[in-house]
Amino acid sequence: MQRHLTITPSPHVRDRASTKNIMQEVCLALAPAGIASIILFGASALKLICFSVLTCVLTEYLYQLIAGHKSTVGDWSAVVTGLMLAYNLPATAPWWIPVVGGVIAILLVKQLFGGIGSNFMNPALTARAVLFISWGGLVASYPNTLYCGGVDTISSATPLALMAADPSQVSFVDLLLGNVPGILGETCKIALLLGGIYLIIRGIIDWRIPATFIGSVFVLFLLTSGFNFELALKEVFAGGLMLGAFFMATDYATCPLSRLGRVIMGIGCGVFTFMIRAYANYPEGTSFAILFMNVLTPLIDRYTMPKFFGEVKKNA
Amino acid sequence: MFGARLFPGGIHPREGVNGKAENSANPIQELPAVSRVIIPLSQHIGAPATATVKKGDHVLMGQVIGEPAGFVSAPVHASVSGTVVEVGNCKLASGATVPAVTIDNDFKDEWVELHPSEHPENLTAEEAQQIIRNAGIVGMGGATFPTQVKLTPAAGKTIEKLIINGAECEPYLTADHRLMLEHAGEIVDGVRLLMLAFGVKDAVIGVEENKRDAISALSDAASGIEGLRVQGLPVRYPQGGEKQLIYAITKRVVPTGGLPIDVGCVVLNVGTVFACDQAIRMGIPLVRRVTTVGGLVNNPGNFLVRIGTPVKALFEACGGTTPACKQLISGGPMMGISFKDTDCPVTKGTSGILALGKESIYPEETSCIRCARCLDACPMKLAPSRMDSLIRHERYDEAEKAGVMNCIECGACTYVCPAKRLLTQSFRMGKKVINTRKKAAAAKAAAEKAQLAAEKAANEKEKKEA
Ligand code: SF4
Ligand code: SF4
Repeated sequence: MQRHLTITPSPHVRDRASTKNIMQEVCLALAPAGIASIILFGASALKLICFSVLTCVLTEYLYQLIAGHKSTVGDWSAVVTGLMLAYNLPATAPWWIPVVGGVIAILLVKQLFGGIGSNFMNPALTARAVLFISWGGLVASYPNTLYCGGVDTISSATPLALMAADPSQVSFVDLLLGNVPGILGETCKIALLLGGIYLIIRGIIDWRIPATFIGSVFVLFLLTSGFNFELALKEVFAGGLMLGAFFMATDYATCPLSRLGRVIMGIGCGVFTFMIRAYANYPEGTSFAILFMNVLTPLIDRYTMPKFFGEVKKNA
Repeated sequence: MFGARLFPGGIHPREGVNGKAENSANPIQELPAVSRVIIPLSQHIGAPATATVKKGDHVLMGQVIGEPAGFVSAPVHASVSGTVVEVGNCKLASGATVPAVTIDNDFKDEWVELHPSEHPENLTAEEAQQIIRNAGIVGMGGATFPTQVKLTPAAGKTIEKLIINGAECEPYLTADHRLMLEHAGEIVDGVRLLMLAFGVKDAVIGVEENKRDAISALSDAASGIEGLRVQGLPVRYPQGGEKQLIYAITKRVVPTGGLPIDVGCVVLNVGTVFACDQAIRMGIPLVRRVTTVGGLVNNPGNFLVRIGTPVKALFEACGGTTPACKQLISGGPMMGISFKDTDCPVTKGTSGILALGKESIYPEETSCIRCARCLDACPMKLAPSRMDSLIRHERYDEAEKAGVMNCIECGACTYVCPAKRLLTQSFRMGKKVINTRKKAAAAKAAAEKAQLAAEKAANEKEKKEA
């Protein structure tokens, strides 16, 4: 009777979900976009993804080894960061760009702030922003796909830039399939939608963020364009909005905890994306909008914590 | 993932082998009496009872062996007839050592003279309170709060609604389910008698919808009784939490720090009501209860067991645990306590005894990933991840502001946490620290006040003398 019995505090059953399998599911959800990028941009896409993921995992491993922390590479979160970073790069970027980016993302943004869950800005997006400032020419170029001009040619204009002039210049089918110039992971919307919806159904991300993010971009473009439905819809399907709304703004560490907070996050991201796209001399606003809201997250958290159950006026 | 809900948060905890599905089909069977029972004198919240017997005394079944020591306390009765062999201590499943009376069974089952109520339908509130107190009845869902205290509202408060808790939302437990099926008549009768005695016009028996058969048995028994209805509730843990149940049924919210009576409600477990019925109708005190034995045992079942029976007798009756068993639990898997020593006795609050496998062993804790699952699961709408971090940084004042004292320790947050953080444990500890600090602060304030008063008195005396 008394063999290996243990004593532990309650509860004595736990859900099967663990950090590791959540991260694995995120990787799975990101896979269609990765495959699409390899089809669209060829071997260079695969190369960048590999460099990025390997750098992120290795950086985490080595840092924790040197710092004497327990290794957490087994939780797959570094793989997620690596994928996100690669998806934010153009296929023309040299191999060392994801390497530098990976080190920035994992070492500076994630580990030095205390590791998983403690960083206050999205690692992949912060790394992208740093790369953008330092090597803008290499990072902020938007190559054509293999099926429309070839990867070697840098597009003169992204769909967003073209649309700003005339929305009918961009084909809706090309937008959906991803046959448009852009960074690796953002172009194929079908792949992104597939992954995003999977994560929502699995309860891994909160639908409130993508819904309010995408919804507010749509509504704002609709309102400001004199109800140009085509433009508003294409704005939603162009650029990094889908990638950002489903996969980046929903990053656990950097989005608010409460439901209300998440709605504010989504709308905030939407409004800033709209403002940058519509008014700044810079076509793509998603990543900066998300980073900006990341910084506001602690503040949003502070003011949106739900009232306790019972913290109400007494029923008279 | 979503599903109907009548209270905020909540989860659907998983079950393993011999859970509700299997065990709810096993009728209640009486566990044969054992030769020696160890009856703790502290089986309830409040002051332990004081022993009224001594070594060598002959006792009858149902005889008082411990008298309540104070208002919030309950008497304890012998569950066998026989000879007292020791008035000493025993260890409970929780590990606590409490005073206890050990009785050797003479297997005659000689009862003391029982005094059924002569006018059960015309009891006054005071009479009913007295009967319930004398019968040693405490909350049998596991909380073990003396029932007559609940039924004695503070001045100015009235019982408007009786809510009978038949939710049995903990995984594995089926004791209440079987009781409702097999004793629907007595339960309904008990509710009716309480309604009459306390002048309550409105009573609801809440049962989770996974117990359709119990709902219909109770509904049949309750048909024609004015003011009493049976309500099916969505299956969702912790549906049986007092505040959650009250909200689900009445939409009334018990204010923070308040009691159900503050919103006119008293919540009693079905087992408790059954015990009240037995006490009023037949004069039988609480000496037996129904306990589920489930999980990794060879023949799970629901047993009518005498209080004081060592737990090992239950395991023996179930053919022992299977080799995969890694942990024993007293109560349900969400809120129960794990124990090792199977000599500990069954008490008034033992709703179940479970044998669980390796799924009950804690995986290693990792860092919070801020996934917010704990916030979504918390039935008290707290932010467990935040409270946990505050408590671990010993920022108790902030933790208190964040609501940790509202935590009902239901374990829902810990259940869902993918980082496997010991959230509930952290809150238990935090609450303890905060309470101790409060007491210390109060004691200090009282001491200061006393000193001031003494100084003042001394001053005045001096003045007078001068
Ligand atoms: S244990 Fe406390 S904090 Fe956790 S879910 Fe239950 S009430 Fe909420
Ligand atoms: S469920 Fe666990 S990991 Fe998720 S926010 Fe709560 S404490 Fe953190």
